Amino acid sequence: MHIPNRHNGFDHPRASEITPRPVYEERRALLRLLAAGAGGAALAAWAGREALAQQGRPGRLAALPGARSAVAGAVTMEKLTDYKDASSYNNYYEFGTDKSDPARNAHTLKTRPWTVEVEGLVARPRRFDIDELLKLSPQEDRIYRLRCVEGWSMVIPWVGYSLAELIRRVQPLGSAKYVEFVTLADKSVMPGVGSRILDWPYTEGLRLDEAMHPLTLLAFGMYGEVLPGQNGAPVRIVVPWKYGFKSAKSIVKIRFTEHEPATAWNKAARNEYGFYSNVNPDVDHPRWSQATERRIGEGGLFAKRRKTELFNGYETQVGQLYAGMDLRKNY
Amino acid sequence: MSTRGPLHAVAMHAVAKPVLHLLCLLPLAWLVYAAAADGLGANPAEALIRSLGDWTLRLLCLTLAVTPLRVLLGLPALARFRRMLGVYAFVYAALHLLAYAWFDMGLDAGEIARDVAKRPFILVGMCAFTLMLALAATSFNRAIRWLGGRRWQRLHRSVYLIALLALLHFFWMRAGKNDFAEVFVYAAIVAVLLLARVVLFLGHRLQVGKLSTR
Repeated sequence: MHIPNRHNGFDHPRASEITPRPVYEERRALLRLLAAGAGGAALAAWAGREALAQQGRPGRLAALPGARSAVAGAVTMEKLTDYKDASSYNNYYEFGTDKSDPARNAHTLKTRPWTVEVEGLVARPRRFDIDELLKLSPQEDRIYRLRCVEGWSMVIPWVGYSLAELIRRVQPLGSAKYVEFVTLADKSVMPGVGSRILDWPYTEGLRLDEAMHPLTLLAFGMYGEVLPGQNGAPVRIVVPWKYGFKSAKSIVKIRFTEHEPATAWNKAARNEYGFYSNVNPDVDHPRWSQATERRIGEGGLFAKRRKTELFNGYETQVGQLYAGMDLRKNY
Repeated sequence: MSTRGPLHAVAMHAVAKPVLHLLCLLPLAWLVYAAAADGLGANPAEALIRSLGDWTLRLLCLTLAVTPLRVLLGLPALARFRRMLGVYAFVYAALHLLAYAWFDMGLDAGEIARDVAKRPFILVGMCAFTLMLALAATSFNRAIRWLGGRRWQRLHRSVYLIALLALLHFFWMRAGKNDFAEVFVYAAIVAVLLLARVVLFLGHRLQVGKLSTR
């Protein structure tokens, strides 16, 4: 077929004037990043506060108010999961393996007196009393998505402050590369600790830079109140871009180490639960897909599952932590 | 033989079958009610799928219990409930599969096929269901005549395989969490029921042997 040449009067750019595609795309990505980071954060914080205000607090436990968090990505705009669901559908094997067990059994957990031992490769190892920890840094409201490795998710308003605040005060040594969290394993109040499902106490860990990331939260409360036992009272970690089990509950010890700490689920099933366990729709669990998730409380039985996002949607904030890493190998 | 005892009278009573029908439908009725009344907890889809699976396994155990109980209690009348219990096991299995296909997979055939290929425990469950389908499809009297009693019986012996596949399906589902307590309970029940058959079979052989040697 003959295509007539119609160069009549049209100005065509010279090849040298055309922006190369990678440069063009980089600019778009930067704009998106700026929009998500700046505009997004401001808007999200505002909407999140509205959401919190609408929710009110459950009124079951002591109030723990926080100030609006200024950390980028710390307040998602999504609809909050009902407190009833977030506090009755839990994985906390120390209190039983059924989702409803923790809510039924965790009332025996005594959160006073409570101390958190900070030890290992730090210049100032010490033992913190829970009341001391509560006042260490101003409490902030943060609304995070929570994605469980089992394929469900929630949106939970936490109260706490960046774990980095605590880490700075104990001054990690240059040799410290990892942080290990050891959680309570008290047979007298935790019926599950008798089982051999996991090695007790439950341990988890993060690389030091992950632990220092401002989104990594040392949480003391949720929905404007102190944490219920089943959600990890009196103090837990929340790492929103990782599967839920990375966020250790009811912490009694924080240890700084040079080598990657052994973690509870990794020890139980090495090929299923890696050390990193970043939320990743492209890396399936050996026995199920991670491409989608069910948002708890969303639309009832017939609601469609939603697509899971890389790093649970926190890629803008944490993607650089894993630059150059093979996320299929380091799952 | 105590075939004319009070238990026999109960088993042969005219309302025995209707009552059993109602009992078998009770869990389903409760699940439907709970689903409608928002009583299935935070993750109703998961609760529904798992409950239907649990009831499939329970009804399979009951079906397998009929023959040993019949012999143990000397109550041949029990045999008339066996097929019915088996069909109910199938009904719950079919609903279990439907709930999975609908609530987990959005009734997307491609998604289901990918899931079956990727997840061995789903594949095992599908195998068990396919066999159950074959048994349910030949569960009426005319099918026995079509197939001939012997072939029909041979086909229906695959209920033993179904029970083992169902157990493997359950075991594998729980394997990710190392949480086998419930699996072991069902495994123990199925083991006892299958062992009872071995004992019955050997006892039968022994009797036949005695008769032929003396």
